[in-house]
Amino acid sequence: MGKTPKEYNKMLRESSPPSQSAKTLPMAFLVGGLICVVGQALTDWYGSLGLTKDEAGAWCSVTLVLLSVVTTGLGWYQKLARKAGAGTLVPITGFANAMSSPAIEFKSEGFVLGLAAKLFVIAGPVVVYGTVASILYGLVLVIFGLA
Amino acid sequence: MQALLPYLYAFLVGGALCLIGQILIDRTALTPARILSGYVVAGVLLGALGWYQPLIDFAGAGATVPLTGFGSLLARGVREAVAEKGLLGVLTGGLTEGAAGIAAAIFFSVLAALVFRSRDQS
Repeated sequence: MGKTPKEYNKMLRESSPPSQSAKTLPMAFLVGGLICVVGQALTDWYGSLGLTKDEAGAWCSVTLVLLSVVTTGLGWYQKLARKAGAGTLVPITGFANAMSSPAIEFKSEGFVLGLAAKLFVIAGPVVVYGTVASILYGLVLVIFGLA
Repeated sequence: MQALLPYLYAFLVGGALCLIGQILIDRTALTPARILSGYVVAGVLLGALGWYQPLIDFAGAGATVPLTGFGSLLARGVREAVAEKGLLGVLTGGLTEGAAGIAAAIFFSVLAALVFRSRDQS
């Protein structure tokens, strides 16, 4: 009944439950894709009201942020996030959730160092490195006279 | 059917960008904060290289809604501000362009913190 390590690994693979990725990857794709479809519908709708492409895009972002914050307050976004992982993290709704969730949670620690400071615990780094990257790009444009 | 194509492209590209994020979460030790920061910086870089705009033209919200789209927005803001104001535009361009999203997220989050109570996170 001796088994080679290769055979043993094969047995182990077949008898163990499918890896977490088998579930999380399709869910991330599906939910992330659907959030973008909602965004597309909002952008088209704002466009049909006579807004320019840029304005429609900005209002789309604002609307998605509002939807995310409300569903975060109701506890729904976290429930979806547990199944969808990066599907709820990567869209701008994930950015808004990362602000509203700690703001709500840490309100009990005060309005300044609780609510307001914790609001930026994840969003802060995003704004910091996004701004720094954009400034470096701007410097390249100025130095090389590209703009 | 033709009218539905933009929605299909938005779904596929937006889904793919989230899929990449999920692969990073599953395969590496990257935290959500690092993933989001990385996406924004990647978006600035791709926007600066001019590679992100074609994706936006193709997939619309599928490219603008993920945080890489936010990054590319910052890059576009800087490019336009530098063209208009020179060196000062380097500082004003990014945050000005991203202001609507950031300000909305701050304001709505503060309102939500006042309205909603913290619930069990488990």
